[in-house]
Amino acid sequence: MFKKILIANRGEIALRIMRTCKLMGINTVAIYSEADKDSPHVKKADQAFLVGGARVNESYLNIDKIIEIAKETGSEAVHPGYGLLSENPVFAKKCEEAGITFIGPSPEVISRMGSKIESRKAMEEVGVPVVPGITYPLSNADEAVKIASSMGYPVMLKASAGGGGIGMQIAHDSEELQKAFAGNQKRATDFFGDGAMYVEKYIENPRHVEIQIFADKSGNTIYLWERECSIQRRHQKVVEEAPSVILDEETRSKMGAAAIKAAKSIGYSNAGTIEFLVDSNKNFYFLEMNTRLQVEHPVTEEITGIDLVEQQIRIAADEVLKYTQSDIKRDGHSIEVRIYAEDPKTFFPSPGKITKLSLPKGSEVRHELAIEEQSVVTPFYDPMIGKLIVKGKNREEAIIHLKNALSEYEIEGIKTNIPMLREVISHQAFKDGDTTTNFVSKYLQNK
Amino acid sequence: MSKLISNMAGSVWKIVVKQGDKVEKGQDLVILESMKMEISLAAESSGVVKEIKVNEGDFVNEGDVLVELE
Repeated sequence: MFKKILIANRGEIALRIMRTCKLMGINTVAIYSEADKDSPHVKKADQAFLVGGARVNESYLNIDKIIEIAKETGSEAVHPGYGLLSENPVFAKKCEEAGITFIGPSPEVISRMGSKIESRKAMEEVGVPVVPGITYPLSNADEAVKIASSMGYPVMLKASAGGGGIGMQIAHDSEELQKAFAGNQKRATDFFGDGAMYVEKYIENPRHVEIQIFADKSGNTIYLWERECSIQRRHQKVVEEAPSVILDEETRSKMGAAAIKAAKSIGYSNAGTIEFLVDSNKNFYFLEMNTRLQVEHPVTEEITGIDLVEQQIRIAADEVLKYTQSDIKRDGHSIEVRIYAEDPKTFFPSPGKITKLSLPKGSEVRHELAIEEQSVVTPFYDPMIGKLIVKGKNREEAIIHLKNALSEYEIEGIKTNIPMLREVISHQAFKDGDTTTNFVSKYLQNK
Repeated sequence: MSKLISNMAGSVWKIVVKQGDKVEKGQDLVILESMKMEISLAAESSGVVKEIKVNEGDFVNEGDVLVELE
């Protein structure tokens, strides 16, 4: 087992990874930007090093500097967390070349799954259902219109390198598609350095259901059930739960089998998530694969009792999975909400200083926090400042726990989405399980 | 004369007009970026761009004047 791991991330996920490292007796090395020098993740690590300026490209994306720190501190492995460098094949490759274990799949797999077009192609080849659409880049807007009219509107226009909702737009007719093409292509080029665009059929009222998989380096592959993450704003998840309210056992095991087939066919190792859209007839379609730990991994930990970060580290250290599929239990219901520093109505960012922080307590409540009282939330990074996770015997009980916890949750000094989360949880449609990806626009914004 | 004022702390991602441009009410003038989100700021009245007070990449605070129109 490793003696020392460098955590190439910040915020709640850096702290989350450190917690498991401590339990495993592994020393931790943190990196931080100038803006994060007083952050909790810097204080909690065994060692911490300044990596650069506030902007991510000067600090958390500074591959060469991070590898240099890993080498100087004698770190044997790097955990990339999520976001930032977690799905960057160049970083994974450079770690490998420096003799440092990258906790994740191989650079080749990261690179292949990082392209939405390539990953669609890979899934089609092994017979995993994908959203109907094309698997090659469009040359221009006219070609997009030609393909869309043969598929039928509405369609989703997407950037192959896209993520976080950037570079994607729904189009209901040729005029909308024409208009959307140039803008989204430009944004994809600006953000990801890759303007490859494609179109797929728009699935009406879909749910977002994803399967958590684990594969060791010998190819043993299992799935840890699903998470439903349908409630989103700006194409980013807000509420996540496990199990999904829509799946029956038959669909669940079909999706699990498809996820395992997908992972095996590309030679996957470590933790990964296969995202699917599920339509109202319970047809499921591959959306994309995330080759890293997910933000919402705690709900899976709550229902399976398995520490996902520990498994990631063990697999990276060449251990063989000690679980087989029949060992994976499913107990109770867990819901996670993401706490964002933003206006609860407009979703505009709200950086600033936290003057008061008072958290709900209790055995049914789990916190993953990036902040503490007096922390300054800067404008340089993602607005997520924490996650609140609850567990109940069943969904009904989990909702009650969450409602109580949110009513006690107090943050002052900045605006947060907590009022919006309270609205979601209290809504009859949420209780009824009518959780489709348009929940926010359907039930909260059109009132 | 009217002013375009920043409604949040962040950096100037794109300036989509230049000095002397004639702009309509509601037209985007500047796009700010904060916490990985871009927010377009539009002119509150029609006019001509008199002065652009910031450069792309600058950090601005809530309340800062970005563009003056006349």
